[in-house]
Amino acid sequence: MSSDTLVVNDTLVQHSSEGAGGDWMLHHIMDSNYLDFEPFGRILLPHLELFGMDISITKHVVFMWLVAVILILILMSVSKGYRKSLVPKGFTNFIEIMIVFVRDEIVKPTIGKDYQKYLPYLLTIFFFILLSNLFGLLPYSATVTSNIAVTAALAGLSFIMTQLGGIRNYGFFGYFKAMVPHGMPVVILPLIIVVEILGLFTKPFALCIRLFANMIAGHVVILSLIGLIFIMGSVLVAPVSIAFALFIYLLEILVALIQAYIFTMLSSLFIGMAAHQEH
Amino acid sequence: MDLGWLGAGLGAGIAVIGAGLGIGKLAASALEAMGRQPEAAGQIRTNMIIAAALIEGIAFFALVICILLAVKA
Repeated sequence: MSSDTLVVNDTLVQHSSEGAGGDWMLHHIMDSNYLDFEPFGRILLPHLELFGMDISITKHVVFMWLVAVILILILMSVSKGYRKSLVPKGFTNFIEIMIVFVRDEIVKPTIGKDYQKYLPYLLTIFFFILLSNLFGLLPYSATVTSNIAVTAALAGLSFIMTQLGGIRNYGFFGYFKAMVPHGMPVVILPLIIVVEILGLFTKPFALCIRLFANMIAGHVVILSLIGLIFIMGSVLVAPVSIAFALFIYLLEILVALIQAYIFTMLSSLFIGMAAHQEH
Repeated sequence: MDLGWLGAGLGAGIAVIGAGLGIGKLAASALEAMGRQPEAAGQIRTNMIIAAALIEGIAFFALVICILLAVKA
């Protein structure tokens, strides 16, 4: 990843005429080998290698661990709150609202009968994506889901869950046989098989790109609006620029919530379509 | 003469036209349906947001390709 950063930086420095090139913008968006506390200094993160592959700890890895630790703490305290009484109060109640929302609005309508088997996975990705998206809005922090490797991993997990759901209910060959609808003329059968297999892979690909692009786009727009002040070179642009950037910031909070909901909804839709096919 | 930037700009503009038309049509029919039957407004709003996110997803495909064009060329 660091060599990619260098190549992009060189290209942009060549192409930008002023000093305010894309350098500082990319530094805010892309992964880096140090944790950055801008006026105070930076913490350099260790560089590890395994069999020639670069598994060094970068900023996004640190924030992924932070999100995971915070999720574990929050959700374990919620489950302890249930031991006191079955009717929750306070913070437990607040998290229960979200859990019941995911269960009743997203998972139950789309999967149907045996939704409890897939509920832990869907709740996990909902809370992880929601917390990661919201974390990206805080100062000095990085958006974990704006890294395409992270969203690709999440989409890959949803893909694996979809196939497992279908194979569990129909058997290995039955699941693939059920993808082709009955009563088709045999002539176009190869075409249908190709189209169905392609459709199998484009759905998780779309999940990955949708989450990645939504998260990156918000940050790029805010950084571009603020960078406009430096490109124009005058302070008079600042009130307009910051007002627009504030509006886009509020929109980004909405987009963070919506994208977590959409990812979970589409994952559970695909799992439901694979597990209970009504061709 | 660097056409990569030009291609990226034009591509992003055309993609935004498509997404804007699509979401505009979606919002128009959703609002009309909400006006006809105000009790179903909650469900209509939910489905409208899902469809809007899917249409935006396609527009973001184009955005990613434009970014690739702009930084590689």
